[in-house]
Amino acid sequence: MAAQVITISSGKGGVGKTTAVANLAVALASDGRKVVCIDGDIGLRNLDVVMGLENRIVYDIVDIIEGRCKLRQAMIRDKHYPDLYLIPAAQTRDKSAVSPSDMTRVCNDLRPDYDFILIDSPAGIERGFRNAIAAADRVLVVTNPEVSAVRDADRVVGILEAEEKGTPSLILNRLNPALVKHNDMLSAEDVLDLLGIQLIGIVPEDEAVIIGSNRGTPVVTEVKSRAGQAFRNIAKRLQGQAVPFMELEQQGGLWQSIQRLAGRK
Amino acid sequence: MDPMQETTTLVQIKGLRDGLLATLSDAAWEEQRIALLSQIDERPAFFQGARLAMDVGAQILKVNDLVELRDQLSERNVALWAVVSESPTTEKTAQLLGLATRISKPRPEEGRQFSVTDLGEETALFLNKTLRSGTRIEFPGHVVVLGDVNPGAEIVAEGNVIVWGRVRGMIHAGSKGDRGAVICALDLSATQLRIADEVSAMLKPQKDPKPEVASINNEGRLQAEVWNI
Repeated sequence: MAAQVITISSGKGGVGKTTAVANLAVALASDGRKVVCIDGDIGLRNLDVVMGLENRIVYDIVDIIEGRCKLRQAMIRDKHYPDLYLIPAAQTRDKSAVSPSDMTRVCNDLRPDYDFILIDSPAGIERGFRNAIAAADRVLVVTNPEVSAVRDADRVVGILEAEEKGTPSLILNRLNPALVKHNDMLSAEDVLDLLGIQLIGIVPEDEAVIIGSNRGTPVVTEVKSRAGQAFRNIAKRLQGQAVPFMELEQQGGLWQSIQRLAGRK
Repeated sequence: MDPMQETTTLVQIKGLRDGLLATLSDAAWEEQRIALLSQIDERPAFFQGARLAMDVGAQILKVNDLVELRDQLSERNVALWAVVSESPTTEKTAQLLGLATRISKPRPEEGRQFSVTDLGEETALFLNKTLRSGTRIEFPGHVVVLGDVNPGAEIVAEGNVIVWGRVRGMIHAGSKGDRGAVICALDLSATQLRIADEVSAMLKPQKDPKPEVASINNEGRLQAEVWNI
């Protein structure tokens, strides 16, 4: 077994990177995969909160790197899924406590025993981002249908291409079909048109996401949630299954054309 | 021989397209490691954030050797990404650590993406890609782009700029004052266009884009006109 290292990045803050990591991790774990999440946002950690594991942190990634604990000791097992672990970030340090080669080493140590290693990248394109992408086999870029978020995503895609990390896949988060219909929001087509990368999922705006994050139970566990369904589908696609894009409220032409766009190279 | 000269003969560092290359001699590994690190320590600002490849010749290196060096480089904020060696053992070690063992020669595809065509007096830069946010192209001649110019990307050319795609970033043609320069694109919904010292801001995004040519008109104003065949 050799794990795939997937980094979730965005450029802009607040678009839903951490939420995406937590939800995809839980979805992959519920499909029976062995998953480790690494919070790359050193100094501003919150993946532990979203996953509801805050009170269990003893050691963090900086402790591993600086040799204060063994890798295993810093891995927190999830409450519900025995094969889901979190390596939390340090809250009292900053990005410079970790180097890209440290991150690569931690991931390489984990690779033999797991299926997926998900890294939550911090916002920005500086050291923390470089650390987060150092070990990545694949990068998912999260963006919202907003001009500023799309522009930052474009910058991140450019950096990834320059670093020869390959072309990332896109998660379009918090799309509101009603707003798109009234031309008050960028459509998925507009975003894909500009970024020119492959779409791996569209997550509709859903209050349940925020409620889930605050409770520490990712929305993906809610069978009825549309956003949860979207994350489950993305997790399936990460496992190599071809899952059709779900139809949001708008039907017909637009969504068919998105599927067409998503399939294009 | 003074010590400075000694270290530079042991390890030679030069710039490559995508980072730095340190070429090691046949001297003992330990000496070379120290020589390399001391070169970096002498000019920390230069090496800050650098990507380093190493050509170690026939040196046989074990995992510990490379791990130690990689960490020491990492402490100096230098990323070791490749180790090139004639020794299969060293190559294997490098691969184990996830380092590249070949420094990519400009691939034919990339050669196409970035080629300077010398047309005697007139020189053009041909870019076969979409310019994403944060990219800035400066060139003392014409620039031709086969792709889009996304918002946040900039082209500054002393000559003309031709974009076979959409322009949504900033383009400055005739940057050294050539008021006869033009900007052509399939869709000119740029955030800002400049020709010589004229600036035109906020061209409206068009519903049904047509190819346009922007130039300085007789009244001395920057103006875009639909290109009629």
